[in-house]
Amino acid sequence: MIVALSIFLITIGSIAFHFWSPWWWTEVASNWGNMDDTILLTFWITGAVFVAICFFVAYCVWKFSYKKERRAEYKPEDKKLESRLTWATAIGVAALLAPGLVVWNQYVTVPENAYKVEVFAYQWGWKYRLPGKDNILGKTDIKYINDDNPFGLILEDPNGKDDLLVDADELHVLKDRPVKFELRTIDVLHNFYVPQFRGKMDMVPGIITYYWLTPTRVGDFEVLCAEYCGTGHYAMRGRVIVDEEKDYKKWEAKQITFEKMLAKSQNNDNLQLVKKDK
Amino acid sequence: MNKKKSIFQLLTEKPWETDQIEADNDHEGRTVNITKQKLGLRTIMAASTVLFSLFIVAYSDRMLVNDWRNMPEPWLLWFNTGILILSSIVFHQTTKYAEKEIFDKTKNCLYLIGFLAYSFLIGQLIVWYQLINTGYYATSNVANAFFYLFTTIHGLHIIGGIYFWGKTTSKFIKRSLKKEDINNLIDICAVYWHFLLAVWLVLFGLMLSS
Amino acid sequence: MSDENDHKLEAKSDYVADAPSVSTPDIDAVPEAELPDQELYHSHSWWTTYVFSQDAKYIGIQYALTAIGTGLLGLVLSWLMRIQLAFPGLGWLEPSSYYQFVTMHGMIMVVYLLTALFLGGFGNLLIPLMCGARDMAFPYVNMLSYWAFVVAVLVLLASFFVPGGPTGAGWTLYPPQAITAGTPGYNGGIILMLISLILFVAGFTMGGLNYIITVLQLRARGMTLMRMPLTIWGIFTATVLAMFAFPALLVGCLMMTLDSLLGTSFFMPAMVSLGETLTHEGGSPILFQHLFWFFGHPEVYIVALPAFGIVSDLLSVHSRKTIFGYRMMVWAIVGIGALSFFVWAHHMYVSGMNPWFGFFFATTTLIIAVPTAIKVYNWILTLWRGNIQLSLPMLFSLGFIVTFLNGGLTGLFLGNVTVDVPLSDTYFVVAHFHMVMGIAPILVIFGAIYHWYPLITGRMMDETLGKIHFWITFLGSYAIYFPMHYQGFVGVPRRYFEIYDSPYIDTSTLLLNKFITIAVLIVGAAQLLFLYNLFASARLGKKSEKNPWKANSLEWQTPQMPPEHGNWGKELPKVYRWPYDFSVPGAKEDYIPQNQPPSEIIGAKVEKT
Repeated sequence: MIVALSIFLITIGSIAFHFWSPWWWTEVASNWGNMDDTILLTFWITGAVFVAICFFVAYCVWKFSYKKERRAEYKPEDKKLESRLTWATAIGVAALLAPGLVVWNQYVTVPENAYKVEVFAYQWGWKYRLPGKDNILGKTDIKYINDDNPFGLILEDPNGKDDLLVDADELHVLKDRPVKFELRTIDVLHNFYVPQFRGKMDMVPGIITYYWLTPTRVGDFEVLCAEYCGTGHYAMRGRVIVDEEKDYKKWEAKQITFEKMLAKSQNNDNLQLVKKDK
Repeated sequence: MNKKKSIFQLLTEKPWETDQIEADNDHEGRTVNITKQKLGLRTIMAASTVLFSLFIVAYSDRMLVNDWRNMPEPWLLWFNTGILILSSIVFHQTTKYAEKEIFDKTKNCLYLIGFLAYSFLIGQLIVWYQLINTGYYATSNVANAFFYLFTTIHGLHIIGGIYFWGKTTSKFIKRSLKKEDINNLIDICAVYWHFLLAVWLVLFGLMLSS
Repeated sequence: MSDENDHKLEAKSDYVADAPSVSTPDIDAVPEAELPDQELYHSHSWWTTYVFSQDAKYIGIQYALTAIGTGLLGLVLSWLMRIQLAFPGLGWLEPSSYYQFVTMHGMIMVVYLLTALFLGGFGNLLIPLMCGARDMAFPYVNMLSYWAFVVAVLVLLASFFVPGGPTGAGWTLYPPQAITAGTPGYNGGIILMLISLILFVAGFTMGGLNYIITVLQLRARGMTLMRMPLTIWGIFTATVLAMFAFPALLVGCLMMTLDSLLGTSFFMPAMVSLGETLTHEGGSPILFQHLFWFFGHPEVYIVALPAFGIVSDLLSVHSRKTIFGYRMMVWAIVGIGALSFFVWAHHMYVSGMNPWFGFFFATTTLIIAVPTAIKVYNWILTLWRGNIQLSLPMLFSLGFIVTFLNGGLTGLFLGNVTVDVPLSDTYFVVAHFHMVMGIAPILVIFGAIYHWYPLITGRMMDETLGKIHFWITFLGSYAIYFPMHYQGFVGVPRRYFEIYDSPYIDTSTLLLNKFITIAVLIVGAAQLLFLYNLFASARLGKKSEKNPWKANSLEWQTPQMPPEHGNWGKELPKVYRWPYDFSVPGAKEDYIPQNQPPSEIIGAKVEKT
């Protein structure tokens, strides 16, 4: 009796917790609201199964509790019942999977009109790079990284010259414009994660990974590293600020190009190299 | 084992039904009709195959990166491969002699196999020595590292084989086992030798072809 | 088969048709064994009896105690971590020690507790007894297996005492972080961890060889594969998985060891570590992840399948009812085992691998949900119209159903590639895998220990203590992990030493963390009760009768209980039926042991299905 009742109460309690606890996701700030929808769909289907099975168990424990004189039913199997349950499960699973795959397809297909931003991760912080006027991010190589060239741009690559380097942990993006984050790390794995954006992708040394999104509301959001990267992992935070066009331009104007950055530094050889290549 | 059954027939039996109960009651309790040592060897060979396959997958994946520099193949490797092939042939012959109970020939063959196995290992060590002397360190390129890794793992398998060869040979010479039992052991060692030859040919072929 | 035997079969075949009248001795007839009995190693001294024992029963107990001991360390580590999370103001842990504890907790619980306990512990104890063998196929190798495990544990523990401490790389040990300067224990602890794992794999391979050969070749006469208890099916399939999955871990560990010690570049790309450019070049960190999860996902089932098997038997015995859909259960175990090698990359949806893999692995992952769901249905249908005894093993089995169901269903969130994106690397994942492969299997372990304790010691464990233990453990762990999912929805990332300065995280989340930590401390403390019960009952417990649960399977039918060396006295048992003949219509008792000859149970009728 107590056992049946507690299984019943656990189920009711879980439902109550789901609906009335204060803990729920943050308001979405990107186009990936449909990820929330897939979660909700999964919730409804799995939640129904959970409740049904728990109630069934509670009922059985209450109804068929041990009596010495009673005998249990002898029934090794019931093919019909088993195949019905199998098919019902298969259909339920397919109903979960299909929308998931559709959204995933959108997630990995970057729209043509997305502009690019490079997110640059290191132990333990963030920097960013914008492609500049030519809309092309210059090539990079680990070997080129030094104090004067913290992003490791290849000096001989002319496309890198006008890249805007954001040597700070704060990035601004445009509202309602699709943006493709090109993710680069110079040391270990990291993951560029803004809870309100929902998107996520590991950054892997040696390759450039990516994902895209369209910010849908203006705001100031925290960036977290979501892939364990060593002792400072928990402190690896940054900020992303979603701006209207006007504010964005203001911020963009303040950033300096790679060329200017080299000009400021003491070492003129690098600058010569960049200039010569022109 | 009464009748040969496919795995599907086996798994669709209904053990609670009367007909099935009758058929089952005189089941021997064994699944396959070979000795437990032989089945044990097959299990180990299956696990080893997975191990080497994964190494090969890793090798093929890593090969595609452009820092890959192929290693030279010293002629000594061909010689070592020859030794391994020869020892496999000799082992095959040994099982035949053992079957016919020709004691002296079996004994000599077993000794010869031991000699060949040790020669192979020494030969591999010489290859290592040559390569290291000519500057092919494990650190200088990952292709070299794979070569040293493969030869080490294969060599360790050979050493394991030598251990069981030693036990088998000493049992054979002391004649402490029944004829079937000792032949069973010799067969097992022979199969293992063939397996290691096959593994080596695949690894060597892979390194040659890349 | 000889003609004579055919004859006997005919005579036997009508015993069910007109059962009450027929009672010839012929119906028990089984042809003479063609195989010689197994030769046993007999110990001569205290050392070879209790320490370097070659008796699978002892080895099983040794394995279990070593694993539980190591697991206790894992439990204490979890306390330390939880206190940090709930009370960050105390400042009593350094971030580096926090990460070391996270790593060691994870690795200890998954490999050194669960894998070792289910396969090494229950495998050794139950396989020979349930199959009707005198011992494992290769007892000496079996002994080596245990001692390799001990050495692996010692090497693991040694890493606490090397400079830099144990590795803090997370239990997944992802390079390059695992072996570069930003991670605690990157040059000492990680090497010991890798060596320990290599030893564990070597030891396990020796044990696994035994489990496979014993199950396949050394069963009692009449014990067909489809007459084996589901426990054996679970352990056997898990062992086969382990034999194919552990090599992947071995390959990963060996190559990473070389990367770390020699400076090769298997997994290590060109990188700048904390301002210093390293000499590595071209290696692929994702390759390691593929190898790791090719081992890691089957590993989940290596833990889950024995639990599935054991819980099936507990449910059947304690509800006095035939397991529902035995064949479907076997197929599900085998099917899950086979499929488990095709789903590994669902741990890597956001790892940076080719995103098109996502479609394939999401599909295979959700397909594996179908056989798993079937198992749940069959467990609950076993309860239906049963005669349910709420004994301790039954309570824990019910706890298992609830927690496994919960954890399994959240698996549908994470397996479905899109749903995984916002939830991956958050506390939702932590809650999911603790529920499904932490709590659920551990509840089965407890149930199994309460169930088989009399077989090992000849005494029962204390029921009242057991019930207190059950309620605290079950309700407490549900209270820990159910709310934790919602932290994941909020977006609290896992492996964070502290996070409470984040603007989007409400103070109520910290409150929830405090609640969870208090629950963790209580649940952890309740395990001391269990330990007390475990050791005290060996001397003080009520003497158990033979076959106290009235089970059918062979382990309860040994001539002595606890079984002696060689298990079966002079003659090996003969098996006349499957182990689920509970409440057979017409039979006098509600159970019929597997080795009870048909002549003794006349009247029992089995319907055709």
